[in-house]
Amino acid sequence: MHLHDVWFVLIAVVWTGYFFLEGFDFGIGILTKLLARDETERRILINTIGPVWDGNEVWLLTAGGATFAAFPDWYATLFSGFYLPLLLILVCLIVRGVAFEYRAKRDDERWKRNWEHAIFWASLLPAFLWGVAFANIVRGVPIDAAKNFTGSVLDLLNPYALLGGVVTLVLFTFHGSVFAALKTLGEIRARARSLAAVLGLVTTGVASVFLLWTQVHSGNGRSLGALVLAIAALVLAVVFNRLGREGWAFTYSGVTIAAVVAMLFLALFPDVMPSTTDPAWSLTVSNASSSPYTLTIMTWVAGFMTPVVLVYQAWTYWVFRRRIGAHHIPGTH
Amino acid sequence: MNLALAPETLARWQFGITTVYHFLFVPLTISLSAITAGFETAWVRTSKEKYFHATKFWGKLFLINIAMGVVTGIVQEFQFGMNWSDYSRFVGDVFGAPLAMEALIAFFFESTFIGLWIFGWDKLPKKLHCACIWIVSIGTILSAYFILAANSWMQHPVGYTIDPHTHKARLDSIWAVLTQNTTQVQMLHTMTASFLTGAAFVVGIASFHLWKAKRKQAAGEPTDAKKIGVMRSSLRTGLVLAVIFGLGTAISGDTLGKVMFEQQPMKMAAAEALWDTQAPAPFSVFAIGDVAKGHNSVELSIPGLLSFLSHSNFHQAVPGINNVAKMEAAKAAIDLPLARHDGNPKDYIPNIFVTFWGFRLMIGFGMSSFVAGLIGLWTTRRRHWLAPEHRTGDEEVPRLMLTPNREMSTFFTKWSWRISLLTMGFPLIANSFGWIFTEMGRQPWVVYGLMKTRSAVSPGVSQAEVIISMSVFTVLYAILAVVEVRLMARYAKAGPNVEEQPPAEDPRFGGPYGGAGGTVSEESGKPMAFAY
Ligand code: HDD
Ligand code: HEM
Ligand code: HEM
Repeated sequence: MHLHDVWFVLIAVVWTGYFFLEGFDFGIGILTKLLARDETERRILINTIGPVWDGNEVWLLTAGGATFAAFPDWYATLFSGFYLPLLLILVCLIVRGVAFEYRAKRDDERWKRNWEHAIFWASLLPAFLWGVAFANIVRGVPIDAAKNFTGSVLDLLNPYALLGGVVTLVLFTFHGSVFAALKTLGEIRARARSLAAVLGLVTTGVASVFLLWTQVHSGNGRSLGALVLAIAALVLAVVFNRLGREGWAFTYSGVTIAAVVAMLFLALFPDVMPSTTDPAWSLTVSNASSSPYTLTIMTWVAGFMTPVVLVYQAWTYWVFRRRIGAHHIPGTH
Repeated sequence: MNLALAPETLARWQFGITTVYHFLFVPLTISLSAITAGFETAWVRTSKEKYFHATKFWGKLFLINIAMGVVTGIVQEFQFGMNWSDYSRFVGDVFGAPLAMEALIAFFFESTFIGLWIFGWDKLPKKLHCACIWIVSIGTILSAYFILAANSWMQHPVGYTIDPHTHKARLDSIWAVLTQNTTQVQMLHTMTASFLTGAAFVVGIASFHLWKAKRKQAAGEPTDAKKIGVMRSSLRTGLVLAVIFGLGTAISGDTLGKVMFEQQPMKMAAAEALWDTQAPAPFSVFAIGDVAKGHNSVELSIPGLLSFLSHSNFHQAVPGINNVAKMEAAKAAIDLPLARHDGNPKDYIPNIFVTFWGFRLMIGFGMSSFVAGLIGLWTTRRRHWLAPEHRTGDEEVPRLMLTPNREMSTFFTKWSWRISLLTMGFPLIANSFGWIFTEMGRQPWVVYGLMKTRSAVSPGVSQAEVIISMSVFTVLYAILAVVEVRLMARYAKAGPNVEEQPPAEDPRFGGPYGGAGGTVSEESGKPMAFAY
């Protein structure tokens, strides 16, 4: 195995971490309108991710940085090619981050309402757009001999990619509602569970179609394994949610996300961005990667830092492991 | 060709706007996190309530600020790929590594431990809670370090070879990139400048409150002694920091100037608008007339100072813009095939107006905060150096004393307090001008001597797309600036909440809802100490 193959795997791992963690952050953001009925409930939801959302988002920055370091051409082609969707995602992440921090800083109805709209839309749009982006990467886009994207933004809005967007949107919302059931107390917890039951079925439906389509279009033996795992985990998540085993339901909704990301990356390998113009112009793990020296350095850094990060992030979740109920929200009783 | 629409022009504007904006928050984040950590440490060690209130107060302002630093940073991470894809391809092997390290080593630290700090008041033992903010502070400094290592490589590329096949830069030594002298000195200068920025900010806000208290006293209205105590400690801390780091900024700036002169002689000449080589070279403090043409009609200059800035002596020659431009043009035409050789010297001259004034405004704005700090430190001094009847207690507004017996006149006192409030943003302005000078003085190069800015842009991105993203960011950032400044002003004006009691007992590690071991039912429990 070459170092660039290792880095392909590592980047898949980082994206998995990102979607696993920010997946439920996005879900919670969407649920502030779907699930919460009043100010207290909205605050309960927001506070389940309050201490951790920023740390979760750094997985995205790591994915960006690691792609830049390990596959500069991938970084360059992807972000200059998917320019406008990425712009929209960035705007959403900016607004969303500020919204979490500033919403409770003033006791003014309009101020809070505005930030709540911001939280909702700025969670919903990226949840959708990431799916569109990744579906397009797997499907292939027009890329020329100089590795530049030659299509337009309309090329990115094909049915397959849009379906991919719907899949991530419902999957993250499902993941978020399972997380909400796991982290809250009282009435909202029960409602989160019933919502998760519905969302779970919807997700199973659309995800199956999308994953099969992926398998037929760009799949291989390895990706089939991931597909089976994804669907199985999704079904288990739904079942455990029904049974009220929230911890297990969350575990399996997480496994689903990991398996979906794994499937997409397995379908991609050894390309990193296939060209629909001419397969010879595809970006691959070898023609888009950095030099062995840089990859070696980065392997050391990642090998040393990733476990450390995992340990202290896990510790944060342990510190904030308690469920939150209405009586924990200051100033409401 | 219409220059305004050259592909790189828009991309440069966009990069300049977003990055300068990001860097408005960065220096405050770096310094306020450390200042907050300092106050919390003082609280943990002395248990004095005023330090608790200071921690909470400056911590709140710090959090409002860092939120903006974080979200504007996300854009930075992806901008290179979006607008500068050819640059990313060319330097990725070298440049990606520090960026990835920054995320893995620094950002994770900051963002995870800041969550623990914000929400952990009732969940973590005091000492551990205090350690969290120190980790955040270290994280901010580390992130500055990695990004500055990357930037230093653009100023002075080291530790690489150009791959003969791909014609791209290939990293040979990460060590060289991380430790070269440009990185070290740039880091030192940026850090000292950041702390000067935070110091001026603290001094400004503390002055506002103390001056308000003083006016209230004069009008016979009641004042809050505790609040005054907090602000008095803050003021003194800020003043001490302003002096130390003001001095540090000047010394490191001087060192950086020498490094820069060696590595980018053009920038030094441009900083001075020195068109032709001179020995000894003067430094003009001020000039009227078109510096870009080289004829300064009125000029106030200090003989030999530029020689000193470049060489540490007052007589040696400093090469002029015209001379360096000829050299660079000749060099690029001979041995730098990748740099799209142009033989025309005039293409190697950066914007002299901007570099000349940028350099002066950086020094002028920043150093006035240092001077203000020095004056403030002297006039608010306590105890030993004052006649007993002028000494003020810890919870009184300090008098501004010129000599052991003489207080400033009311007129000057009034203006001193006002000025320290008015100048609290000066170092921020200095920082922006410093960067504008640094980055524009490097033009036409994006990586000095290796790659020109115009070859760095994304070939596949259309003008329309850049215009869209630039407008979107500009409008969004403008709106957020208004929101953030208002929020900041609101909390700064409100001052510390001195009613708030520090936690009665040290929170136990098991969590707030009951004893250790999680034996207490989930349904019980107090409200969270902090919630969004
Ligand atoms: C509070 C802010 C502040 C203050 C008071 C100063 N500077 Fe500065 N300066 C910066 C903030 C700054 C900066 C924004 O942080 C820069 C931009 C790039 C860098 O490394 O630091 C900078 C860059 C910068 C550079 C360019 C480095 C390069 O292009 O490679 C030089 C030569 C100096 N400074 C020199 C000085 C001198 C001689 C100063 C005073 C005597 C001084 N600076 C005060
Ligand atoms: C430390 C990491 C930094 C990197 C990697 C970086 C990189 C770049 C790049 C790629 C450009 C566009 C090409 C060019 O015009 O040369 C640029 C320009 C610019 N940057 Fe930086 N920069 C950094 C830091 C900063 C900071 C902190 C500021 C200001 C606060 C700044 C201010 C500017 C400005 C004003 C320009 C526009 C100059 C011009 O194009 O005329 N940069 N920088
Ligand atoms: C132009 C290149 C730059 C890039 C790519 C960049 C990237 C970023 C990113 C992604 C963040 C958010 C991190 C988070 O989510 O926690 C951030 C914040 C920050 N950046 Fe920048 N930045 C740049 C310039 C600079 C410079 C020049 C400095 C300092 C000298 C700096 C220092 C910081 C600091 C201290 C923060 C702290 C805010 C936080 O805690 O996140 N950055 N930056």
